Order: sequence, then C-alpha cells, then structure tokens
Amino acid sequence: MTAKIELRGVKKRFGSKVVLDGIDLVIEKGSSLVVIGGSGTGKSVMIKSVLGIIRPDEGTILVDGEEVTHINGAARDRVMRKFGMLFQGAALFDSLPVWENVAFGLIQGRGMARKPARDIAIQKLAKVGLPEDVAFLSPAELSGGMQKRVGLARAIAADPEIIFFDEPTTGLDPIMADVINELIVSTVKDVGATTLSITHDMASARKISDRIAMIYGGRIIWQGPTAEIDRSGNPYVEQFIHGRAEGPIKMAVKA
Amino acid sequence: MNIFALIGRAVLSLLAAIGRLAIFTGSALAAVVSPPVYGRLFLQQVMRIGYFSLPVVGLTAFFTGGVLALQIYLGGNRYGAESIVPQIVVLGITRELGPVIAGLMVAGRVAAAIAAEIGTMKVTEQIDALTTLATNPVKYLVVPRILAAVVTMPILTAVGDSIGVFGGYIVATENLGFTGSTYLKNTVDFATNSDINSGLIKAAVFGFIIALMGCFNGFHSRGGAQGVGAATTNAVVSSCILILAADFVLTAVLFHT
Repeated sequence: MTAKIELRGVKKRFGSKVVLDGIDLVIEKGSSLVVIGGSGTGKSVMIKSVLGIIRPDEGTILVDGEEVTHINGAARDRVMRKFGMLFQGAALFDSLPVWENVAFGLIQGRGMARKPARDIAIQKLAKVGLPEDVAFLSPAELSGGMQKRVGLARAIAADPEIIFFDEPTTGLDPIMADVINELIVSTVKDVGATTLSITHDMASARKISDRIAMIYGGRIIWQGPTAEIDRSGNPYVEQFIHGRAEGPIKMAVKA
Repeated sequence: MNIFALIGRAVLSLLAAIGRLAIFTGSALAAVVSPPVYGRLFLQQVMRIGYFSLPVVGLTAFFTGGVLALQIYLGGNRYGAESIVPQIVVLGITRELGPVIAGLMVAGRVAAAIAAEIGTMKVTEQIDALTTLATNPVKYLVVPRILAAVVTMPILTAVGDSIGVFGGYIVATENLGFTGSTYLKNTVDFATNSDINSGLIKAAVFGFIIALMGCFNGFHSRGGAQGVGAATTNAVVSSCILILAADFVLTAVLFHT
C-alpha cells in the first residue's frame, strides 16, 4: 500500500507557544484515520497544515508522494482538487443557496456549467438524506444537523480522493451525531476516499475509523487499529477514552 | 511596565501591520492581473458598491454644493466679489469636495460592509472552506471588490460633481439673486478638463483604498463577533485617514505645486 498522505516531523509554533512538536503520521490509501485528542492539542492546526491554510515552520507534508508543504497558486489549487472537507461549523457560504454551496467546488474549482452542477448537487443532497426543495433554501434557514449534512454533501460533491472531517459530531444531539456518523461511513465507502478526521467524541471515532491516533502535546503518542484502542496500554489513551479527570493528562485551566 | 517595552511593543506591532498590509496589497494586485476573472461577482459588487451608493453620494453632494455657494457669497461679499460664486463652486466641487465627500461616504458605507462580511466569513471558517474547494479567496473575494470600487468611484464622483454644482445653482438662483443662465455660463466657461479629470483620478484611487482596507481588515479579523466589530471600525477609520492623506499627495502631484 502506498501512503496517500504523509507528515514528517511537522512543527508549528505561534509566538512562544509550540502547537505541533514534530508530527509523524502516515495515512494509507483508502483507509480512515481518526486523530483523537483534547481541545488545544493541535488537531486543527495539523489538518490546516495539510490543507496549506497554515504554513508549518519545519517538516514536510506529502500527498501521493508529492511534496506540498510550500506550494502556492495554481499548483496548490490542483492539489486541493483531490480534497474535500467538512468543517466543524459546516462553514457554508451564507450568501449562496444550498445547491450552490454543494456545487461550489464544481463551478468555481473545476469550471463546470451551472445547470449540470446543480443536478449533481441535488443528487449529492439526496445521498445525505435531504429532499430537493432544501436545495433552494439559504443555509441560515437550516438546523445545525441539516447544515452538517449540506457540508458533507459539499465535501463529497466533486468525488474527492481525500476527505477531512473536523469534529463532525460536535454540537449535535446523540441521534443526529449517529446519523452523521452513518452518513460518513456510507458516503466514504461510496466514493472510496481516504479520510482523516479529528474528534474528541469517542463514539464517533470508533464508528468511522479503521485506525486511531492520539495527539498530545503536539506529538502523536499512540496509534493503532481501532480494535486495539481498548488494549493500548498507554495511560494517556486510557485516560482519554474513559474520560477521567485523574491521570497523566493535566488540563490546563489557564491557557 | 517598563516604558521602553511599551514603546517597543507598539512600534513592532505597527511595523508588523505595515508588513501585513504590503503583502496583502501585493497578493491582491497579483490576483487582479491573473485569470480566472469572476465577471458575475464583479457585476454584483458594481451594484452594491456603486449603484446603491448613489443616494447617499447625491444627497451629500447637493448640500455640499449649496453650502459652498452660501459661504463663498458671504465671504466674497466682504470685498465685493460675490459674483465669483459659480467659478469657485465648480472648482471646489470638481477638484476637492466631489471626490473627497464621495470617498468618505462610500468608505462609511462600503468599507464597513466589506470588512463585516469578509470578517464573518473568516471567523466562521468560510475563507478556509474556499481554499479547500480549490478557490483562491483573494481572487474570489478581494479582486471583484477592488475592481468594482475602482471603476464605480469615478462614476459616482462624476454624478456627485453634477449634483453638487446643481446644489450651488439652486442656492445661488433662489437665495442669492443670480440669474440661471449667467450662473451656468460662468460655470461652464471656467471649469477645465483638468479640474474634472484630476477629481476623477482621485476618486479611482479612493475606491482602491476603500476596497483594500475593507478586505484587509476583514481578512485579518479574529476572535468572533468582537473581532469582526473591531475590523469594521478599523476599516472605516483607516480608509478615511488614507483617503485624506492620499488626497493631499495626489493634489501635490497632479497640480505640480
């Protein structure tokens, strides 16, 4: 198996605060990796480094064996066409109707005509369980769960090779969270994509992953197949998955 | 707190802000001259920035022209030069007050709106979402706004100039005893192309400043609603100051004084 995404010694600091302290991570083609970790441990910064939204200070990031750490402009756009991403707050464009949000990557990123792009958008919305009339509403008219679904439809609209999920279930009720988990599993299987998710919701992590890695203090401290998470023998992982206040991880109350 | 640390910190943050602005301006200019061009978004911004600013620019220009006529009449009266009103009104409006008043009004309306919109997109990760959809946020958001502002500001100013002269005309003929035909003849005979063109050039520069400051402050806002509020305020204040500073520089350059 070839590595779809590889991070080698990625470091990032903001001022004097070290956020990523040498991340090494390999995501195999077609696999689903979930990175777990507490708030403020650098999960989002890691994902944004791969997307080129944040520039790491040191280290390299490879996508399909191609170094993407410092590329810009047209080269960056070409690599980004392989990606889809579901944001934590869905990040829908509120100036555009739902269907244009879903079709955005097709129209702007790939230059597809509006009419066929709209038909594809409506198909993708059906795939995440939303009826056609939702397509013509504005994102502000939707509930949080529906916005997440539209965000998922937008992430898969262009049949990306790689999909990132940033806290896909945060802020949803347990039932809607499970619906989103199911959708993630089924849509990803459909498209056959490689996925990287970050979450602190263990139920979601178990459901959508085939491998789990734990990030703590800006490093990956444990990784393995999902089935082995309960036998990790790592006190940090034990504490996190059981949600205990007592243990080696000390929550910094002051940032 | 050490006074030197305080001064040092202020200087460093000022230099950092200037650096960020220079980089932002550079990437915006580079994006203007490279494809793709978003025609649809450009036309949308022409409507928002230009067309919807017409009422406020027209109203302020009308009153500015009127008050200018009154003041010049009263001032000229002191040494018997009341008849100079039409000449000074047209000169003041086309060279200075037309573009500056339009610039300040559009800065209040448009720079604030741009900063608030882009700032909200920033804090809700919509700008990051653009990147993940293979769309350059600078090209998609900044370029249409800058182009629209640079194109529409001279048009707004031309309309404002006409309405301003008309405001002076109304006051002069209704209150100050001028005859309409003499007033218009003096206006037309006195104004030169360079008076009008210099004002329109200024207006284009002001348009660039307004859109740039709106976008820049929006892109660099952070920290939720409060951050967006601060970005909006900074956009209006900085574009107003830069408009007046640029006006001074442009006047010196355009008239070689």
